[in-house]
Amino acid sequence: MDDRRAARAAAKRRRARRGAATATVSTVLAVVLVVWLVGSTPGWPDVRETFFSWEAFRTSFPDVLSGFWLDVKLFVIVELCVLVLGLVVALVRTTRSPALFPLRAFAAAYVDVFRGIPVILLVYLVGFGVPALAFEGAPSDPVLLGGIALTVSYTAYVAEVYRAGIDSVHASQRQAALAVGLTEGQALRFVILPQAVRRVVPPLLNDFISLQKDVALVAILGPLEAFRVAQIEAASTFNYTPLLAAALLYLCVTIPMARLVDVVQRRSRAA
Amino acid sequence: MSAVIEVRGVTKAYGDKPVLRGIDLAVHEHQAVALIGASGSGKSTLLRCIDLLDEIDDGDVLLDGEVVTDPSVRPDRVRRRLGMVFQGYNLFPHLTVLENVVLAPVRAHRRDREEARAHALELLDRFGLADRAGDRPDRLSGGQQQRVAIVRALATRPRALLLDEVTSALDPELVGEVLALVRDLKADGMTMLLATHEMSFAAEVADEICFLHEGLIVERGAPEQLFEAPEREETRRFLRRLLDAKRL
Ligand SMILES: Nc1ncnc2c1ncn2[C@@H]1O[C@H](COP(=O)(O)OP(=O)(O)O)[C@@H](O)[C@H]1O
Ligand SMILES: [Mg+2]
Repeated sequence: MDDRRAARAAAKRRRARRGAATATVSTVLAVVLVVWLVGSTPGWPDVRETFFSWEAFRTSFPDVLSGFWLDVKLFVIVELCVLVLGLVVALVRTTRSPALFPLRAFAAAYVDVFRGIPVILLVYLVGFGVPALAFEGAPSDPVLLGGIALTVSYTAYVAEVYRAGIDSVHASQRQAALAVGLTEGQALRFVILPQAVRRVVPPLLNDFISLQKDVALVAILGPLEAFRVAQIEAASTFNYTPLLAAALLYLCVTIPMARLVDVVQRRSRAA
Repeated sequence: MSAVIEVRGVTKAYGDKPVLRGIDLAVHEHQAVALIGASGSGKSTLLRCIDLLDEIDDGDVLLDGEVVTDPSVRPDRVRRRLGMVFQGYNLFPHLTVLENVVLAPVRAHRRDREEARAHALELLDRFGLADRAGDRPDRLSGGQQQRVAIVRALATRPRALLLDEVTSALDPELVGEVLALVRDLKADGMTMLLATHEMSFAAEVADEICFLHEGLIVERGAPEQLFEAPEREETRRFLRRLLDAKRL
């Protein structure tokens, strides 16, 4: 009896070890193959010099990094605004009172319009359009304008995420909340929203990964964020390595975020 | 003395489908009235209408003599005076058992949090749930969840309890613990209106049985009379079907 159990455990361990070994070998082989294929292309020596120059990387990195701080600041602020405004739009859309119909219609139109416009177009429109209007107090700071464009666009996405979450809470929960004597507002605040928000954390984080990359679009308005700095450096030295440095910096924030999504998702599935 | 709950000529339709077709009913203090009837006869709808969770088309619902189905009456004020328990428990899954129970006393009744907690723990303890106070509802058995739902309804010290088939979703071996709790409440003198499929239980705790058939109370009376000597053909047929189902 015990013998057989020990034998089964040993077999399981052997299988696991063999699996890990196979995975390692095949990964190494794949990498070697790709490196060899790319390295044997006729253009590789030039590409290595213009995209993977250690020298260019070292000299450009500090500037790109300081540009990246602007990206970080921008997406943290935009993210916070979007979290709040998206919730407001979603809540407006879930109201039932007939008196609020105009507001509801406006929120629906807002989502339809701004989800349907490419972010890059919106950055252009806001970035160059608003200053052209030349009204009293019109913002002219390109960072602010770019931030507004991103906020407007992402609020539409995030509002839909929240709304899906609110809709996913079963109607019987609202009924139970009302039955114990809560008002509609209290039912929303203490019963429906907490459940809805918990469910939408993973999709919200996914939207934020997109946002973290899309802050680079603000570059078209001129502020010296990472992508723009890298572009300038690349243009002046005829070497594209600074762009690679910028790409690495973006990955430094998006990959941890992606792992966070995995963790949150796994945890919510376990709960 | 006026009834705690009174229903006068209440009608209700979903679209053009009439579901309640003129219900008259009174539940007096310390009384338990049982609603029986086939599935789809309108029992849940009637209970929801009394708790103002659904709007009636015609008629009146009175609570302690006050018409509560008047548009000028704030529904949350009315619901605070009644406790409702659903077939599917409907506990709040993101809150612990204790938080489920204290939410309404604290938020809707503005009771002192400590006092509400003490009262909730006392109720949980009385019904054998004290050791589950810190658990999420999904850690509990169906019977425990339904007992928590009843405690949640009791925590606001309601004038009356509305119980909608509180044992129908339970595995057979868990029905007893919930019925025992309802029996306790009846012994305490709690005023109750309960929809149920458990005929022997209805016979035991109810002072009056109302048989609902296609949106009308076609027969009512004391349990012994209604179960032993039903006058209406529909009632006899319903009871016979139940008996047959039990024999199978
Ligand atoms: N929200 C609703 N919308 C439309 N029809 C409903 C709704 N709720 C109940 N009904 C209908 O009303 C009738 C009575 O339902 P219900 O009150 O749940 O009966 P019971 O509780 O006696 O089984 C059924 O025919 C049901 O289909
Ligand atoms: Mg029902």
